[in-house]
Amino acid sequence: MQAGNMTVRVQTEDFDVSSEVAAMRAHSPRIGAVVTFIGTVRDMNDGSSVAEMELEHYPGMTEKALQAIVEQAKSRWNIDDALVIHRVGPLLPRDQIVLVAVTSAHRGEAFDACEFIIDYLKTEAPFWKKEQTPQGARWVDARVIDDEALEKWHVSDNKTGNKAGEGSGR
Amino acid sequence: MNIELRFFASVREALGVSQETVALPAGVATVGDVRAFLRERGGKWAEVLADGRALRMAYDQQMTDAATPIRDGGEVAFFPPVTGG
Repeated sequence: MQAGNMTVRVQTEDFDVSSEVAAMRAHSPRIGAVVTFIGTVRDMNDGSSVAEMELEHYPGMTEKALQAIVEQAKSRWNIDDALVIHRVGPLLPRDQIVLVAVTSAHRGEAFDACEFIIDYLKTEAPFWKKEQTPQGARWVDARVIDDEALEKWHVSDNKTGNKAGEGSGR
Repeated sequence: MNIELRFFASVREALGVSQETVALPAGVATVGDVRAFLRERGGKWAEVLADGRALRMAYDQQMTDAATPIRDGGEVAFFPPVTGG
């Protein structure tokens, strides 16, 4: 789409949703819909309070995986543009973790593409959350519901072997 | 044949290693072979890389499966199911 457009960013800094959306909208008067998803840090998870969270990732692979997800969304839906910003490093409750923003002429395509991107990201992009709880530090387990969310998009080329029922370490 | 190994998150912590270069003996030809070869180190390696453990693998920074062939200079990564977003 736009030459040099940064559609994928992995960063420790926070992001400003308004300015990101404004930048996306600035390049095209054909945009009639903007859908954004913002993932944030909860102060409770799995029955424990969470004081802090650390996000680890796989530099290099992360950017490629996110880019591949955005490209899939662009080939699948008639959208104008898509942006993914994912933070890494230490985060606190209420902090923003991830932004997915999609622009299109009409809302249906933007809603679907946005949901597809976050569903895909949650099972395919190499990020891992570690929480600080009163019981000590713990790695967050992958959730079966995330695999089920992906299945509704009929992703056939899923080489990761994610299966419902597998993977609970506790 | 030499390859780069990468380990992340709980796998990295359990093994106490994030990255290493390893020389592979003849016959180690796929990502699954690398996993089996590393298991032979015993101890935590046998435990963390055991068959049936929920473990994801990547080759040259793409999600992959055990059957994927490897080449000299390739990068094989092991990590738990992802939890971003």
